[in-house]
Amino acid sequence: MAKVVAILATTHHPFYYRTSTLPPKEAPPFAAEWIAKVSSYRETLAAAKPDVLVMVGSDHFHQLWLDNMPQFLVGKAPQYDANYYNEEREFGLPRMTLRGHEELSTYVLREGLDRGFDLAFSNELRVDHSITCPILTVRPDNDLPIVPIYTNIFAAPMPQPSRFVQLGQAIREIVDSWPSDLRVAVIGTGHLSLELGGPRQFGPHGPDPEFDAKAVEWIRSGDIEACLANVTLESLHLPGNATHGFMDFMLMMGVAGQAPADYSDSLDLFHTMEAYFTWYPNGAPS
Amino acid sequence: MSKYLVDKFLFTVDRDPALVERYRTDPKGTVEWWEQNLGRTILNCVEQESTTWMSFTPVEHEALRTHDYAKLFELGAHPFLTLTLWIAMFERDYDEPLGIQLAFAAGLSEFSLPYPDIAT
Repeated sequence: MAKVVAILATTHHPFYYRTSTLPPKEAPPFAAEWIAKVSSYRETLAAAKPDVLVMVGSDHFHQLWLDNMPQFLVGKAPQYDANYYNEEREFGLPRMTLRGHEELSTYVLREGLDRGFDLAFSNELRVDHSITCPILTVRPDNDLPIVPIYTNIFAAPMPQPSRFVQLGQAIREIVDSWPSDLRVAVIGTGHLSLELGGPRQFGPHGPDPEFDAKAVEWIRSGDIEACLANVTLESLHLPGNATHGFMDFMLMMGVAGQAPADYSDSLDLFHTMEAYFTWYPNGAPS
Repeated sequence: MSKYLVDKFLFTVDRDPALVERYRTDPKGTVEWWEQNLGRTILNCVEQESTTWMSFTPVEHEALRTHDYAKLFELGAHPFLTLTLWIAMFERDYDEPLGIQLAFAAGLSEFSLPYPDIAT
């Protein structure tokens, strides 16, 4: 069977790429620490020597739109073009092409459907920065095939937080049962407290540092029960109007099970807290 | 309320460089053209299958053609769409990094929780 060699749950910050590629004299004061933390985090994936990446993210109204909105969608294609004009424009992100792993996509879809998740699929998916940011940070060589999984954290009605956790648990079971000898890493990106397009946006910290501290502790300790007891679709409006992206972290807690993270780091940036977690469910790489 | 149509305006303008410029310089003309043309198109259908019934309310029309993003926020337009388009149109007018983002937030300072409902 396939082996889940690493699980990574992290924020995705579209400004990182441009910040990290600025000449040192032009870089903002927080750049050096940010780059160092991302470099350390990148090593947690490299050490696990993955062959294929399952990537969990969320389309930001690029290809998926309100006329036809899936709650959970799995890409099944040999290639994925990536990044959009408005991401080039606003964040300076490059156009990219990511290789797909169709066999694993097919397996995830079949097994997911049979486990009670009515997954949508796409044979022509252009992925956005929720998928490409972690490629640019933790696998910048972009040399591994991926299975993209998109969640709806953007447009009501959304699935309940518990459903995200359950889907994460199912993804873990599915990959564990995949008849393959490949080494799989599951990488998901979300947000802690975040406000976009509202009065609390782009402050000196995330809009709710208290929520962020609790969230980091739930994830670090693998305390799914405490997280579920404190987080509802309604409560996620309070820390910031884009905080439903935290449900992708909850999905990743489902992938990781109840285990505490083997690697945990964070960085308090303007307007949001960055956070980086890695689990090694089959033991830390030697 | 036709929140969906307002979001559709923001979505379809933001993804088209020419429309971003047109909306920046001629908001009234762009909104009027859009409502009669692109706004009627069902996005994954051919032109012959256009919508027969959607239109803006007068308040929505006014907010869009006056670039009144605070009114759009009040009406429940999706704030991610509004922010992204406003950055595209007006970031160039600010000298400081995050100038547009901070000004945008300041323009919404009258709002407190709970924010207007953005569900469509």
